[in-house]
Amino acid sequence: MAIVFEKPHALCDVPMHYCPGCTHGIVHRLLCEVIDEMGIEGDTIGVCPVGCSVFAYNYFNCDMIEAPHGRAPAVATGVKRSNPDKFVFTYQGDGDLAAIGTAETVHVGARGENIVVIFINNTIYGMTGGQMAPTTIPGQVTQTTPFGRDTALAGHPIRVCEMMATLSGTALAQRVAVDTVPHIRETKKAIRKAFENQKEKRGLSIVEILSTCPTNWGLSPLDAIKRLQDECIPYYPLGVYKDVTAEGGDK
Amino acid sequence: MKKMTVNEERCKGCGLCTTACPKKLVVLRKDKRNKKGYFPAECTDDAACISCAMCAMMCPECAITIEK
Repeated sequence: MAIVFEKPHALCDVPMHYCPGCTHGIVHRLLCEVIDEMGIEGDTIGVCPVGCSVFAYNYFNCDMIEAPHGRAPAVATGVKRSNPDKFVFTYQGDGDLAAIGTAETVHVGARGENIVVIFINNTIYGMTGGQMAPTTIPGQVTQTTPFGRDTALAGHPIRVCEMMATLSGTALAQRVAVDTVPHIRETKKAIRKAFENQKEKRGLSIVEILSTCPTNWGLSPLDAIKRLQDECIPYYPLGVYKDVTAEGGDK
Repeated sequence: MKKMTVNEERCKGCGLCTTACPKKLVVLRKDKRNKKGYFPAECTDDAACISCAMCAMMCPECAITIEK
């Protein structure tokens, strides 16, 4: 009996604190698979955000640092500049990256820091109890928008990948999802490409991953996957928004 | 021959694996709960399982090991 699939080595053998059906676990595993495949577990330093994934340092076997809310790219900048031969990634949610950490995110792209940013977009604040995030879709009901997000009052969502693709220091800006197995494979390829970019010192790589939040969306895990397919993916189209390695440079 | 092994204490019974299986073999058990109170997943027919590992790819808890 040959083992076809098992837990990657870089992922710690401990129970995760995430809610049932939360796709954080899938992204953790994909990251660890990429770290295993590249053989860089001892050379990788991760930076955790504030949000549901604040305890992510318990789940990775590589070195991890906890950053203040939104400041993960700034912390990662310092880590990478003082350890240029290490692989540095940040793992951030939408409340962390697109709300309080917008400035850090934009400027890390403007400076073209040679790091990987993993951005989990589930269109809601998870840890704090389901409030409206900058990425909340118009009309979406949350704790702070009980009648749906009103764009006249709360403005429009931020499309992070499109915004980051306009910065000249960005090497890769790609949006993927984890709703189906083909999309999960695509996500893994995107994360691998991001780490390869860092190896080749091409600049900032941001991978935006559309995820679910069954608890705060008020849906079962399976219905949450369906909402991701029916509402989130049409509003946030998947694809590569910038890839300096592609034919002809930008897409 | 058991191809799909579920770490039952790790499983949270979310059911994402049940939708990923192309053969529709994976179901949530109704007769057994784990210590957290969730109904863990199981493979109903090991002979029909093709070891594609799509259930394991979809599992957020990394609770599934696939052998061939």
